[in-house]
Amino acid sequence: MDYFFQQLINGVTLGSIYGLIAIGYTMVYGIIGMINFAHGDIFMVSAFLGLIAFLALVAIGVTAVPLALFLVLLIAMALTSLYGWTVEHFAYRPLRRSFRLAPLISAIGMSIVLQNYVQIVQGARVKPLPPLIPGGFTLVDDPSFPVQLSNVQILVVVTTVVLMAIFSWLVARTRLGRDMRACEQDLKMASLLGVNVDRTISYTFVIGAALAAVAGIMHLLYYGVIDFYIGFIAGVKAFTAAVLGGIGSLPGAMLGGLLIGLIETMWSAYFSVEYKDVAAFSILVIVLIFLPSGILGRPEVEKV
Amino acid sequence: MSVLSDQSTARCLGFVTALKRALLSALIAFGLFSLLIGIRTDTGPTGALVLSGRPEALAIIVGLVFAGAFVRELVIGERSIALTQFVPPALLARAQVLGKFVGLALLGFAILLPIVFYHDRYLLDLGIMILTYVMLGWGLNIVVGLAGLLDLGYVAFYAVGAYSYALLAENIGFSFWLCLPLAGILASFWGILLGFPVLRLRGDYLAIVTLAFGEIIRLVLINWQSLTHGPDGITGVPRPSFFGLPFNNDDGSFAHTFGLEWSPLHRIVFLYYVILVLALVTNLVTIRLRRLPIGRAWEALREDEIACRSLGINTTNTKLTAFAMGAMFAGFAGSFFATRQGFISPESFTFTESALVLAIVVLGGMGSQIGVAVAAAVMLGGFEFFREFAQFRMLVFGLAMVTIMIWRPRGLVATRTPSIFLRQRRDIDAELVRRARTKTWSWRRARHD
Repeated sequence: MDYFFQQLINGVTLGSIYGLIAIGYTMVYGIIGMINFAHGDIFMVSAFLGLIAFLALVAIGVTAVPLALFLVLLIAMALTSLYGWTVEHFAYRPLRRSFRLAPLISAIGMSIVLQNYVQIVQGARVKPLPPLIPGGFTLVDDPSFPVQLSNVQILVVVTTVVLMAIFSWLVARTRLGRDMRACEQDLKMASLLGVNVDRTISYTFVIGAALAAVAGIMHLLYYGVIDFYIGFIAGVKAFTAAVLGGIGSLPGAMLGGLLIGLIETMWSAYFSVEYKDVAAFSILVIVLIFLPSGILGRPEVEKV
Repeated sequence: MSVLSDQSTARCLGFVTALKRALLSALIAFGLFSLLIGIRTDTGPTGALVLSGRPEALAIIVGLVFAGAFVRELVIGERSIALTQFVPPALLARAQVLGKFVGLALLGFAILLPIVFYHDRYLLDLGIMILTYVMLGWGLNIVVGLAGLLDLGYVAFYAVGAYSYALLAENIGFSFWLCLPLAGILASFWGILLGFPVLRLRGDYLAIVTLAFGEIIRLVLINWQSLTHGPDGITGVPRPSFFGLPFNNDDGSFAHTFGLEWSPLHRIVFLYYVILVLALVTNLVTIRLRRLPIGRAWEALREDEIACRSLGINTTNTKLTAFAMGAMFAGFAGSFFATRQGFISPESFTFTESALVLAIVVLGGMGSQIGVAVAAAVMLGGFEFFREFAQFRMLVFGLAMVTIMIWRPRGLVATRTPSIFLRQRRDIDAELVRRARTKTWSWRRARHD
């Protein structure tokens, strides 16, 4: 039972990270109906930005960890948003009226570009970061298997919850959120009613990238190592989360993220660590075949 | 006088705007590249990361962006650029006729290459590599180019072919020539098996599912140690023989039977011709299939799935045949790869490989046979000749994929000619589509008025 409880904690932490990435997928899919294949790599770029920003801050003398982390979060969010904006502007915007598969192919190209760009400029070796937030609580003091809740895990989950709250408020209450919801329902109608569609789509990418940036920093803090390839696997898993929760649905993305995190952790804990990625990919296949509209999504109507 | 000053004011204004925009671009570039290019991280002696600055690289990149944006603003401004502005349409039309001759010339060159450059082992190896990718590209072209199904896990079938041969040879002792058809059959069987449940899905979902399948197969190959030896791979995959005559220096070998002096190059040349024939078979089958009802159904499916279904085409079966056909050729190519390398491991079948083949198909022009061959030769051959830029290979491929999608979605060399047509054979290009669209639109508007 203690073992299960520990896995539950680990799963929720992992799920929070996936959920943050999944929101980027689900928003973009909801509005322009494309799979932003490069989103996972945006996440990876943000982890690198965070790592370098942190080391640079330490080098110039900002050694207080909370302040440094806060600054790192801001810098990474800002710069990753810039990446999200640039990718949308150059690789996707010209393709709005192109044929069906063009945006996806372009996104795959962009994903390859980002991956190889980081590999070339920062090298292919894994980048370590010493644990910044040590310590934690022992929840169940069982000598055979103590259940631990580390401070990093608390930080990850709390940050995710706070961001989710801010983000939900943004979508539900602000002008931008209303524009986004209008675009999601009907792009053409929204533009006829005076919504600046191009700008709304840009903001969607920017917000998605900013959330992915937070996920990137959390990943960096939680695991302590990153490399240029983390975006691919994390991206596919987060996409699975978005599909599982119902693509286009924001609470769905969060729910899907949690479920994928839990399934992955439980699978590793009780079945086999080697096949944990196989489990995630299999869920993707199974969900797409049997439940393509996800748990909270609407069934899609095919339009001529 | 006033006209002149107006003009110069306008030019001056244009200059200032261009400068402003270029500065903005440079600022964005600085934001993008400042941390990742401007700062380098290396693993220090203690294992921790050590930072070092790279200001000159950052300055060069930002400067290039500034200059590029400035020139672009001055020369092009707000106008959109089309390829037809640089290349007259008449030349593009003639390029089609030219394409035929280029194809024949390339074929002739490919056949003569081992004879002319007999002693250049490096060139022969390169030729074999390029031809393998040409074959894979042509195989994937059936799926992506003809049927319009984006397959991101194509390399899985390549892996199935390679492992089928390696395992059958290792465990049962089958020879290459027996395994070649078996590998193709097994791969297409896998194609059907995987395709059957997923082909109902829409285009982009299908793409993601094929990606997942590709990764699942690779992960199983890594982890099923008892069968596949895991990440270590399978060594000592047997070499092919020439109608039962092996390529070694023993009695009864190829060289002895034909009274030749033994040379390791015999096998290389033989392999070269094997892959050339395999690739040509792929091409021939594709060309012939395009003229059959099934090929037409593929093309119709690519253009409009709903219309296809309304006309009574069984879309699932049509997709499945395309999928299986593509998988079969990947299987052939895979078993060839295994016998050429003599060693296979899951490393050779990563997503990058799928992306590479897809990039070749996209660059060549989806649906164009000659385009795929040229793209494979230029891109792979080009990077072989500029070895020092090898690390930029995938970067360039990725950028090229994006650029092609924006400027010339039907491929660089390709024009998509329909196999069946009304009155006159003409290319489906961006111009035609645009014209058709505006026509229906204005017609609709007229009706509403």
